[in-house]
Amino acid sequence: MAAGKASVSRPRTRVNALMLTLPLVAFIAVTFVAPLISMMARGVYDPTVADIMPETVAALQSWNRQGLPPEEVYAAAARELTLAREQRTIGRLATRLNRQAAGTRSVITRTGRALNRGAEPPWSESLPEIHEAWGEPGVWETLLLTGDRFTADYYLNAVDLQRTVDGDIVRQPETRRVYVDLFIRTIGVSLSVTLLCLAIGYPLAGFIAHAPPRRARLLLTLVLLPFWTSLLVRTTSWIVLLQQQGVINDILVWAGLVPDAERLTLVYNMTGTLVAMTHVLLPFMVLPLYSVMSGIPGVQMQAAASLGATWPRAFLRVYLPQSMPGVGAGCLLVFILAIGYYITPALVGGQSGQLISNLIAYHIQTSLNWGLGAALGTILFAAVVLLFVFYDRVLGLDRMKLGA
Amino acid sequence: MNAKGQSGRGPGQWALAIFCTLALLFLIAPILVVIPLSFNAEPYFTFTAGMLTLDPDAYSLRWYEQVLLSDEWRRAAFNSLVIGLSATALATTLGTLAAVGLSSPAMPWRRAITALLISPMIVPIIIAAAGMFFFYSSVNLTQTYTGLILSHAALGAPFVVITVTAAMAGFNRELLQAAASLGAGPLRGFFKVQLPLISPGVISGALFAFAASLDEVVVVLFMGGIEQRTIPRQMWSGIREEISPAILSAATFLIVIAVLLLVTIELLRARSAKRSGGSGS
Repeated sequence: MAAGKASVSRPRTRVNALMLTLPLVAFIAVTFVAPLISMMARGVYDPTVADIMPETVAALQSWNRQGLPPEEVYAAAARELTLAREQRTIGRLATRLNRQAAGTRSVITRTGRALNRGAEPPWSESLPEIHEAWGEPGVWETLLLTGDRFTADYYLNAVDLQRTVDGDIVRQPETRRVYVDLFIRTIGVSLSVTLLCLAIGYPLAGFIAHAPPRRARLLLTLVLLPFWTSLLVRTTSWIVLLQQQGVINDILVWAGLVPDAERLTLVYNMTGTLVAMTHVLLPFMVLPLYSVMSGIPGVQMQAAASLGATWPRAFLRVYLPQSMPGVGAGCLLVFILAIGYYITPALVGGQSGQLISNLIAYHIQTSLNWGLGAALGTILFAAVVLLFVFYDRVLGLDRMKLGA
Repeated sequence: MNAKGQSGRGPGQWALAIFCTLALLFLIAPILVVIPLSFNAEPYFTFTAGMLTLDPDAYSLRWYEQVLLSDEWRRAAFNSLVIGLSATALATTLGTLAAVGLSSPAMPWRRAITALLISPMIVPIIIAAAGMFFFYSSVNLTQTYTGLILSHAALGAPFVVITVTAAMAGFNRELLQAAASLGAGPLRGFFKVQLPLISPGVISGALFAFAASLDEVVVVLFMGGIEQRTIPRQMWSGIREEISPAILSAATFLIVIAVLLLVTIELLRARSAKRSGGSGS
């Protein structure tokens, strides 16, 4: 039996290897991939109106949008709104319609209350008496627009666009254009953090890479310590250091650089976000740089110098080109981590330091506009996947290591 | 970069050394500053005059007392341990099996499967948490321990896959054939020969997974109820709502845990380096 096991045929070992990975593949598929798919689906699938007012939506299909719909549409709407009020789904309906056309919420809730007290047909007369909006085409157009289970509205909304009843795609009104600016701000902050990390991390990684081995090990451990420390601890530290009554302001006041009455606002704004994010992401820059730089022989620089090159020239012609793979890996990694950052901006960013991920959390937890949260999340996800594909093509994902 | 390094220190070298000292200070000081401040006798986030003159009365253990005696923090510590340990056990078991499979020379579709298994580490946590919130609420797993354990296990598994795959690279496959020729079945060969040799990788992976769970707050924020508040979740509300030095003493505990984890990982790394060097000879 033992001898048979040692000489198993190749197809058998293929299947065996696959079987070993299968439990985790299935686990990740259910606990992680399915959630991602359900998020993407949330952004295009919204059955609220189709579920709560199916007959109204169906009856509206035959409406030619010249003037008002026929009595049968009014009757269906009255019947279904009454039912929705009884089943307590009317709030959800009102919220969904209000997102499409501001002001629709009060039309729906007032009508629900009035129908509950009792109203008489013909509905095409009694509904406009309850709320004058039923006498205009606007509400009906909104119902028609939102009646589809599948909708592009959330994705359009996520890039500050909207759909008109004629099917045209136009920009959102000026006051509601926020997300494109926010995406641009997120990219800007991520680029700034990447450059800050590179400016600090490049000399630091070079210094460690060419230090004597024992010292290099110690310095590397110092870089790794923040990497291991809880993100919340590091964020707390920055609040402690940067707040108006905090350590840094105290030192500045003590040193006479800043008057006591004019302490600097360093946290709960963009400054706080930039400083804390640079601190958190710096190890991700140093580690790939270090692993590339430690492979560059120090004698090359001496050779260049002995051939008459000045230090800047030797650096630019000899050292920098060889360290570029590390620069690429570090920058891309920091940038990718930065555009999805949530915790640090949420805690130290205040109003002005919020990024796209904070808005995703806001829509999921506070405004409960899940479709929009999902659409924003999917766009961010697509951006990250594209960046990683790029990373993989250029540098190879399998070379990504943990720690040093 | 180090042109003059060997031949004495020029001004450039000094500038670089000073710059790097400052950079390391920037990395480390914010973490260390929390520790003395957690012993502050006053409810401030800065050094009082008494603390600077090392007056013993300016220091106290009141914030530690507050954290250690509070039901909320105790419950949070309990939750963090239960969720962290269960998720780690799950992630380590599944992750080790998968890594052994991935390291087999016969493994088909290796790249695609590796990418899939590592994806939870790569996707921004806010996106993972949003998706998990939508999906787990549709199967009624939000506000449950099960939901949090499953999601933390998914987030921790990539670390195990990576560390164990790295450990497998140094594993000599002929040892398994040797074990088989001596009459050991595949299971016995795995547990008696392979697992002990790759154990540093398995343990590192488990520590990474545990640390990831211990630090995870976004999924807990989205999915956990009052019952499932963990230490980071408790710190989160500490920072957002009632900012008090009590969170600094909790932070100090977490720093100590971080140092312990880092030292353990470094020791394991050194040990496995020695081992893989040894197996070659």
